[in-house]
Amino acid sequence: MVATNANNLVYERPEGFTDTPTHYCPGCTHGVAHRLIAEVLEEMDLIDRTIGVAPVGCSVFAYNYFDTDFVEAPHGRAPAMATGIKRVLPDRIVFTYQGDGDLASIGMGEIVHAAARGENLTVIFINNANYGMTGGQMAPTTLPGMKTTSSPNGRDVETQGFPIRMAEMLSTLDGVGYCVRRSLHDPKNIRLAKKAIRTAFETQARGLGFSMVELLSTCPTNWGMTPVDSLKFVEQHMVPAFPLGDYKVAAGVAQIKI
Amino acid sequence: MPRELWKGNEAIAEASVRAGLDAYFGYPITPQTEILEYLSKRMPELGRAFVQAESELGAINMVYGAACAGVRVMSTSSSPGVSLMMEGLSYIQGTEVPAVLVNVMRGGPGLGNIAPSQADYNQAVHGGGHGDYHNIVLAPASVQEAIDLTVMSFDLAEKYRTICMVILDGSVGQMMEPAKMPEMRPMQRANWDWATDGRMGKRPRRILSSIYLDPIEEEKLNLRLLSRWKTIQRDEVRYKEYFLDDAEFVIVGFGTAGRVALSAVRQARAKGIKVGLLRPITVSPFPFEAIEQLVGRVSGFLVTEMNSGQMLEDVRLAVKGRVPVEFYGRMGGVVPFTEEILHEIERIASSKLSVDVDPREAWLERMAQAV
Repeated sequence: MVATNANNLVYERPEGFTDTPTHYCPGCTHGVAHRLIAEVLEEMDLIDRTIGVAPVGCSVFAYNYFDTDFVEAPHGRAPAMATGIKRVLPDRIVFTYQGDGDLASIGMGEIVHAAARGENLTVIFINNANYGMTGGQMAPTTLPGMKTTSSPNGRDVETQGFPIRMAEMLSTLDGVGYCVRRSLHDPKNIRLAKKAIRTAFETQARGLGFSMVELLSTCPTNWGMTPVDSLKFVEQHMVPAFPLGDYKVAAGVAQIKI
Repeated sequence: MPRELWKGNEAIAEASVRAGLDAYFGYPITPQTEILEYLSKRMPELGRAFVQAESELGAINMVYGAACAGVRVMSTSSSPGVSLMMEGLSYIQGTEVPAVLVNVMRGGPGLGNIAPSQADYNQAVHGGGHGDYHNIVLAPASVQEAIDLTVMSFDLAEKYRTICMVILDGSVGQMMEPAKMPEMRPMQRANWDWATDGRMGKRPRRILSSIYLDPIEEEKLNLRLLSRWKTIQRDEVRYKEYFLDDAEFVIVGFGTAGRVALSAVRQARAKGIKVGLLRPITVSPFPFEAIEQLVGRVSGFLVTEMNSGQMLEDVRLAVKGRVPVEFYGRMGGVVPFTEEILHEIERIASSKLSVDVDPREAWLERMAQAV
């Protein structure tokens, strides 16, 4: 056994994390998304002036894992709560962490108007195409034909509508400084996701307006797949439906060098 | 400060500013929109936060966020908008953070109308949002009282880390009266030991949440809220008494209904009828003890409201059937005339009342005959 020291340490808990095991299912990418945020906050030295806003959904307990102040919002209202905090504490860093049911369904009004007002917030949006916490019901982001517990025969777009592409939609709003979609299905994309999260927080730190990073994510438990097959599902089915890319990078944000 | 002519809604807005309002979030709805409009100019000129939200849901959750950050925060709305805010109220109470909400009530249910009403008494006093909680609820009857109670609402909300509601009917919000504003308080943010305002290198992290996944922990919260509420019931009951010393029977009415009743009581006194008035200022906590004190020495009560008898149930709870309780209400945005209440006073003074009569049934029968 080789002792761990500064020379051979290759992986450790970021400072932005508390020493708390997560409640997430094995193979779920929430842990990856959390870690990327914690690493970025650490690298930007923002941990002690950040206030997080947790959603309702699988990540309802996100507040247990970050070593920052945190509040827990009603379902979908995180952008409104974050607005209230940021408007009275403009020198703090405020971010919401929201799933697709929270952000794209019940919280559609709050997210659209926070973006339209150009609230200087960062939103990390986890798109895993279903309601995870309640057991895998159809979400606004569920793919056509995808089976869920509330679309047991597969999502029928004739009666159940079409998936919503949030990054594209919000990018049309003038208040948005930075709005991109990334994926967490392989190491290369995870690195790109981290860079986007860094850019989003840089956008906020420089007062350049609303920033959102949509992250295509897995839900092995509710999809009924192994973690590896879930990653393949993201690559093969979700990425074509939710194309990765930069949907809005305002002129000031484009000049940020990371 | 000299007395100036103030419109109720604008007076509430200015009073909140002078009480140190740090952030306001609202949404337009009649008959309270002047508060939003007034603050849209006043707050930015003082460098304070103002946001016209996308909805009342948005507004109350912005209030929730700012309350968690530890600042003096308020929203205002009117009945249908306040219904939308009930989600946020429940969360704010579950998280034990202070906030002020003003409801300038209008006729309902549903869209109803924009005329003065007291139909949201039950919503404010007996719940509204889900879960087990109580709001402090103040009920002004004049522009001056609206100013004074708005100022007081912030202190009460912070003292008990609770929601303090100010409920007034649309007529108090819309009318103009001479009133005196308080001096401007210096803006000084409290340094609460619970606020999620960022660690800033000085302290361990804080979490504010309404989640207690373990039922035993939730029950502890329920007990904590209840214990705090019992303190509020003991220490914060406020009411005004008029002509009670020798009163043979007593009217109980809040807000505008109480104010109209006072005019009727004065006219009845001029006719030699020994009637008094008890006007609750805090409809929650309700002045049960004040009514208990009266039960032994008066022959009965008349409850007047601009609803179908919502506070009536609390008066009956206090009276416990020991003396007769009568009721007179107008609904739907109708404000009772002084003559109507005087007529009720004269009817009661000249008839023998019974504890066996259901006050609401008897009132409905009289209403049917009048129509």
